Amino acid sequence: MTLHARRETRLWLAQRVSAAVLAICVIVHLITIIYATRGGLSAEEILARTRGSTGWLAFYVLFVLAVAVHVPIGLRTIAIEWLGWTGLTRDWLLAAFGVVLIVMGFSAAAAVFL
Amino acid sequence: MRVNSIHARHYSARRRPAYVAFLVHRLSGVALALFLPIHFWALGQALRAEAEFEGFLRWTDSPMLKAAEWTLVLLLAAHAGGGLRLLALEFLPWRQWQQSLLAVAAAFTIVMGLAFALAL
Amino acid sequence: MSMLRVSVWRGTEEGNYVDYDVPRQTSQTILDVVTYIQRKLEPTLAYRYACRVGMCGSCAMTVNGVARWTCRTHVSAVAGEGGRLQIAPLANLPVIRDLATDMREFFNKWTRAKGYFKGSRTRHDDFAAVIPTSTQARALQAGIECIGCGVCYASCDVVGWRADYLGPAALNRAWTLLNDVRDDSNSERVRAVSGDAGCHSCHTHISCTERCPKHIAPTASIAGLKRATVNATLKGRV
Repeated sequence: MTLHARRETRLWLAQRVSAAVLAICVIVHLITIIYATRGGLSAEEILARTRGSTGWLAFYVLFVLAVAVHVPIGLRTIAIEWLGWTGLTRDWLLAAFGVVLIVMGFSAAAAVFL
Repeated sequence: MRVNSIHARHYSARRRPAYVAFLVHRLSGVALALFLPIHFWALGQALRAEAEFEGFLRWTDSPMLKAAEWTLVLLLAAHAGGGLRLLALEFLPWRQWQQSLLAVAAAFTIVMGLAFALAL
Repeated sequence: MSMLRVSVWRGTEEGNYVDYDVPRQTSQTILDVVTYIQRKLEPTLAYRYACRVGMCGSCAMTVNGVARWTCRTHVSAVAGEGGRLQIAPLANLPVIRDLATDMREFFNKWTRAKGYFKGSRTRHDDFAAVIPTSTQARALQAGIECIGCGVCYASCDVVGWRADYLGPAALNRAWTLLNDVRDDSNSERVRAVSGDAGCHSCHTHISCTERCPKHIAPTASIAGLKRATVNATLKGRV
């Protein structure tokens, strides 16, 4: 039972820390989205504001990384409790999903902010 | 009532606020986890071509998509509200009022949902 | 005299509910009902009780879907006007027969959570100073009255989903010992509750706290354990 004490504690802590980071990122994101959609900005106008903005790029890179940590750990708990999924394949698959999220998230951020 | 297995017992714990909070938090999390790759993909599709992005933005103007967006914002606000409640329960010294944090989390969800709805 | 229609679980994991008609009386408790059935109607009914005054926790059962002490639950509080009762053994535990459950795993988990005292002082050492108003002493007092009745364990969803989850009672006891300045095994204890199905598996459904007949808050204790494991991790002790 205590075999995985270090792993379990670290995963739990990573989940909470990424949650705290996401709490801030999400609020900022929602406010900016509401602001952007409210004025009925066109694509050109939106992209004119976002392109070349290193500040916003950095923000979304952080956002994507926090998501890539938070989502797989969350899904892991569900996999254990509700799907009864045991074994390392589960963790490898979830880690792979995390990598997928990073790749897709970075390319989306690049498309909008680079 | 005839049942063959003892596992058919039902627990009224299911209706408790804390359990509902947990369920909303977990299910909204799953929904968001499924939605996120689509969200990233759609944005990635915008690429460098404004025209394509413009076309995409106009497509997102449809009422059906607006409803979907609103649902997603609601899910996000619900998940975040529930998450903040959990962080408070776990990291702050235990007090009775923490149990009514659920109300705060719910309020937060509604506020965000309304704000988004008004912005549409 | 009005009658109660009482459905009682008969069997083991497999079985069914059997109905009995029990005369309804004032100030009757569920334990009175079960005892009546066994003495007057069905001698083969298996159930447990001891003190019958709310001190030992032996009589805990599932009454109308809720884990309770049957000696302290009045029929009038749960049966309503219709006079219907459903009595089953405690959930999340193997059923020996009828209303009696096998409590071994429940107590084994206490051991696994290091829910037992281990001190290192001898008669040659000075007394440990326990300051009653300290945070630790208060935390200990808040959780120490547990009598191991199993109601919290039976009410916990996570125990139902994860067979190896240590559960609210064991974790609560670990927390009280963590706050006991006389105890010496805290680093082992923190490791014990950090494992695969330790304190981190608690999702704060708070059913344990709501159901505990001693008004202990295992949720709070488990939250304390979570903080303790974080502290230990950050200091490299896990």
